[in-house]
Amino acid sequence: MKPRLVVIGNGMAGMRTIEEQLLSAPDQYAITVFGAEPHGNYNRIMLSAVLCGDKTLEDIVINDRQWYVDNGIRLFAGEEKTVMRIDRKNRTVIALDGTVATYDRLLIATGSKAIIPAIPGNDLAGVISFRDIVDVNKMLEYAAHSQKAVILGGGLLGLEAANGLALRGMQVTVIHNHNVLLNRQLDQHAAALLQAELEQRGIKFKMAAKLNALLGDADAHIRAVTFADGSELACDLFIAAIGVQPNMALAQAAGLYCERGIVVNDTLQTYDPIIYAVGECIQHRGQTFGLVAPLFEQAKVCANHLSEHGVAEYVTLPTATKLKVTGIHLFSVGDFHGDANAEILHFTDTALGIYKKLVISANRLIGAVLYGDTADGAWYQELLEQKVNIADIRNVLIFGKAHV
Amino acid sequence: MFNSIQTTCPYCGVGCGISAQVSEQEHRVTIKGDTSHPANFGRLCSKGSALGDTVALTDRLLQPSVYGTTSSWTDALDVVADRFRRTIATYGADSVAIYGSGQLLTEDYYVANKLMKGFIGSGNMDTNSRLCMSSSVSGHRRAFGTDTVPGCYEDFEQAELIVLIGSNAAWCHPVIFQRIRAAKEQNPALKIVVIDPRNTASCDIADLHLPIASGRDAILFNGLLQHLHQQHAINHSYISEHTEGFTAALDTASDTLEQVAEQCRLDKEAVGQFYDWFTHIDKVMSLYSQGINQSSSGTDKVNAIINCHLATGRIGKPGMGPFSLTGQPNAMGGREVGGLANQLAAHMDFSNAEDIDRVARFWSSPSIAKKPGLAAVELFDAIADGSVKAVWIMGTNPVVSMPNADKVKQALQRCAFVVVSDCIANTDTTALAHVLLPAQGWSEKDGTVTNSERRISRQRALFKPAGEAQPDWWILTQVARRLGFVKAFTYERPVDIFREHAALSGFENNGQRDFDISAFATITAHDYEQLQPTQWPVNTAHPQGTTRLFADGRFFTPSGKAQFIAITPRLPVNTPDTNYPLVLNTGRLRDQWHTMTRTALATKLNPHKPEPFVEIHPADAARYGLLADGLATINSAWGKMLARVQITETQQRGNIFVPMHWTDQYASQGRMGTLVNPVVDPLSKQPESKHTPVNICAYQPAWIGFVLSRQALVLSNTDYWIKINAEQVYRYELAGETLATEWLVWGKKMLNSVEDDDSNWQIYQDSRKGQYRLAKIVAHQLESVLFISIQDNSSAAKEYVKTTNTETVCDEVQDVPNAGNAGAISGEVQDVPNAGNAGAIFCDRHWLSSLFIKATLSPAERKSLLLGVPPAGTPDIGTIVCACFNVGAKTISAAIKAHGLKTHQEVGQCLKAGTNCGSCIPEIKALL
Repeated sequence: MKPRLVVIGNGMAGMRTIEEQLLSAPDQYAITVFGAEPHGNYNRIMLSAVLCGDKTLEDIVINDRQWYVDNGIRLFAGEEKTVMRIDRKNRTVIALDGTVATYDRLLIATGSKAIIPAIPGNDLAGVISFRDIVDVNKMLEYAAHSQKAVILGGGLLGLEAANGLALRGMQVTVIHNHNVLLNRQLDQHAAALLQAELEQRGIKFKMAAKLNALLGDADAHIRAVTFADGSELACDLFIAAIGVQPNMALAQAAGLYCERGIVVNDTLQTYDPIIYAVGECIQHRGQTFGLVAPLFEQAKVCANHLSEHGVAEYVTLPTATKLKVTGIHLFSVGDFHGDANAEILHFTDTALGIYKKLVISANRLIGAVLYGDTADGAWYQELLEQKVNIADIRNVLIFGKAHV
Repeated sequence: MFNSIQTTCPYCGVGCGISAQVSEQEHRVTIKGDTSHPANFGRLCSKGSALGDTVALTDRLLQPSVYGTTSSWTDALDVVADRFRRTIATYGADSVAIYGSGQLLTEDYYVANKLMKGFIGSGNMDTNSRLCMSSSVSGHRRAFGTDTVPGCYEDFEQAELIVLIGSNAAWCHPVIFQRIRAAKEQNPALKIVVIDPRNTASCDIADLHLPIASGRDAILFNGLLQHLHQQHAINHSYISEHTEGFTAALDTASDTLEQVAEQCRLDKEAVGQFYDWFTHIDKVMSLYSQGINQSSSGTDKVNAIINCHLATGRIGKPGMGPFSLTGQPNAMGGREVGGLANQLAAHMDFSNAEDIDRVARFWSSPSIAKKPGLAAVELFDAIADGSVKAVWIMGTNPVVSMPNADKVKQALQRCAFVVVSDCIANTDTTALAHVLLPAQGWSEKDGTVTNSERRISRQRALFKPAGEAQPDWWILTQVARRLGFVKAFTYERPVDIFREHAALSGFENNGQRDFDISAFATITAHDYEQLQPTQWPVNTAHPQGTTRLFADGRFFTPSGKAQFIAITPRLPVNTPDTNYPLVLNTGRLRDQWHTMTRTALATKLNPHKPEPFVEIHPADAARYGLLADGLATINSAWGKMLARVQITETQQRGNIFVPMHWTDQYASQGRMGTLVNPVVDPLSKQPESKHTPVNICAYQPAWIGFVLSRQALVLSNTDYWIKINAEQVYRYELAGETLATEWLVWGKKMLNSVEDDDSNWQIYQDSRKGQYRLAKIVAHQLESVLFISIQDNSSAAKEYVKTTNTETVCDEVQDVPNAGNAGAISGEVQDVPNAGNAGAIFCDRHWLSSLFIKATLSPAERKSLLLGVPPAGTPDIGTIVCACFNVGAKTISAAIKAHGLKTHQEVGQCLKAGTNCGSCIPEIKALL
């Protein structure tokens, strides 16, 4: 009998790991997958596109149910299949409906959940996050009947939600606690360009704002938000997009060591060496994850070890950011502020809305922000990841790979 | 409607005929060589071909002005006449002067000369031909008794040996050079020898180049005379029948071939080869130009050459003779009317009392000058010391072209009354004028000019005069009348003057004077209009003109015999020393004329040599810490200039070369005249412009840069700037000694942008490397581009810059650390780690300039703009080689490679390069 591999979590990180594993060592495991959503695996990062109407759910499915059948994978999907407990002693997992699966190897890929601000009214109806297809469906429902959306968080997710809802006809206001949008991805100049562009599309911003409370109506449905400065903003739909926190309760309950996430080593093993973890639920060398690129890298490394090749180590590389808003091109990677010794290259073409900033230290590219023209983003990322000495191409660097 | 007009080119002394297709309505002209003109038979050089681009009203002087205020002609002429009258009344006739130009027409010249010498009564009428041909004049007069060029251009085709002495004809007389090239292609036996300290483009067709040490030509030709004697090549019968003074000349020329070679620093075998050819080849032409004339012993050099022709009897016959290549279109005409201060008129002189009397009677002059006036250098000295108090400068730019030019500038600044008549509004000289008079330009003037082979041709008006411009003869006539000489200055048309000039040439001549065009004394207005190019003398004996003189062995000396002159060679007056260890040579470029007032308007003439430069031998460049394309300061005891370094083995060690053309209008510190020593030949008074001791050191600015701007900019605060006119854009090369605090703000201000809105700007900034670049784009059209590169000079180097700025001799600080950090924004990037190599920026200025012609920038162009490199797939044509067809070096090299081209003719078939004027053929051959 083949060894049994059980996966908790039918999301992108877990399923990418399985795909990689199947590629590198087909038929090695008898695979069982538990998923709390009643679908196959879909591309969560395309939810914005569904919200905008550019894509449907079908379009963003990565692995439909037939894929699991074709690959001999046992899939338990749906709310009732939510895994409730890991029994490390007996090497089993138990789902809500009592389904039990025994593992020889366990992969935890439980993902993350949105952070809901700890303020009065955060339990009102109409207060949601933007994490899955259920959230998207709710947002579409509100867009059809209601007017005013308030998005908390001027990060990637918040802005994508804002753009989608604006396209769906809602009056959207984004509340951000910083005076720079996407402040973890953009510098002030690029953020200002972005904000101007989004404002042109009708989105309003309340920057450097401190939220006070969410106010409800008689039906305990949100009707307004209030701010520390005393102002108030009418609201029919409130979306929290201020970040995520790893789903680690299950692992914690099983006695696996956790900090801000499930702590894993460079081979993506938890403190129990037959239990692996990947994705947004983990903490690796102090870092947690919210973007897709490192997840895929983790999947590759984890699959390598599951396949018993045992040669890969996971290293967190600087992750490039792209905003999935049609017509807006921005790219950000690495340390785009730079320290006192960093050297900055700038390029702007104001009329075309192009802004580029490259940060160099010791003849290496260490960060980049591109706005308006992101064609060379992948090249910069490559130079940055491979720590290429750019002294010889410094003159042409900001003008793009075509000139090298 | 096109109107076809035959006229003559206004540039060098070749005097090429032009067939102009004129559209008066559009004020446009298409220029072609006149296939029927005997000077050029249809050929034109790059400059002549581009004449059509110089006739726009750009920079034209259109109205008279008096003390900076626009004035009517009447008022301006009143002021000029009044000031001259009062100055003469108070201080005498010699307190005023006219300084003319070889660009004046004969008719203009005649009236100016008549006014000054015949009626004001001073000899103070001199001309810029003094800087150019006066040594030839005095050499001719010593040998022949008259200022006579014996031969003609046809002789080049008949010669079997052509010796070019001190002449880069390939660039300075391109059409003659083309005739010689063609002659050599027809007759491969034709030998060509170039005698020049520099390995110039003219060496392209040379069988032998003698890189003679500067200033030693008389030694070489004395040696030749001795050699001819020793080889029994002397024509004794000719000498005894037609010459005098041979023995003395031969006795003085006693050096052996070995001694000559050593003194001239030439290879003995090479000298022997030259002597051997000269000895055994009968049909020898000796063509000489400024390398001979611009010397403190220029007259002697001319006679040393003529001696060899007299000794062999090779003069006045087909295919042989000495031949002076004149520099200016009408230097010869000026000499004919007596435009030099030591001439009187029509080849008559102050030295002969009968001549003075004769001219006085002819002119009915009450007050004719009795003695020579002040020659150019003396004249400006006299202006400086206040003895000349009023000067009228016509069609020339002495603030640039004179030796010790800063002193000339100061002299004019101090002069009580300066009148300048010119066709160009802004020149270094018009800037100093109290009264400015708008003269007609080349395309408007009407009259005659004489070329190097004594050929009188018509220059005809193509257009109506611009603004209120008037002919120079008219302006002079008006002033003469106001001075009271109404009866003597009744001219209404050029033909009136021409007839009088012709009549004077024949007046009591009786074959005594070579210059005799008396056949034209009664020419009708119609015949004058139709006048075909004719070589003087033109008289009863030779009504159709005269191809050659002296065939009969009769000369215009008192004895009728030609004179040998015993020459004791003299070296240049100022010799290099420890403070000024190098010899400065100056000269013309292929695509510019004089002080660029007109050629720089033709944008296709500017790319060949866009900046003032200094050519220096690689060993000297290394010794003085100069890098190619860096800037250098050149100092002499008289002045200073800045130039771009060009390292080349065409230059001898110890010699440097700078072009003569740049002025304050196109360069901040590019006037070579400031350096040149004010030393003159004692006989010809011609300055020694080819030999000044100088030193050179690297100029290390704090920053370098360049600007391309659709609008002209004012750059008064920039230490070094060069302005280059291109199509629809002005290009400026810049360097400065002080750093800005905010470069982008500084740059926007520099580009004349006062707007706060920065929405039209493209910006690139690498502050650590000191790179700041701006482009202004309005509605997708490029308005301006600025590139700045901060130079990472060591502190020692900065100290060094300061030292040179205080005019201290800089030879002693040549071992500056990091002196190799030249201030170049070059086309190549050479990244030297940690060497502070901010000096290199990729940049294709030709491509950037070409973007200004476009109505809309493509996205790819816009993206590459501030890199200064065309997007992939855009051909980079490289430095312009062929100005006529705008073909660059990279295009030519690519075609050579792609099609396996072997000859310049094949390149011409493929790309047209070199097929019009041919001036670039040497450069094409270099690429092959």
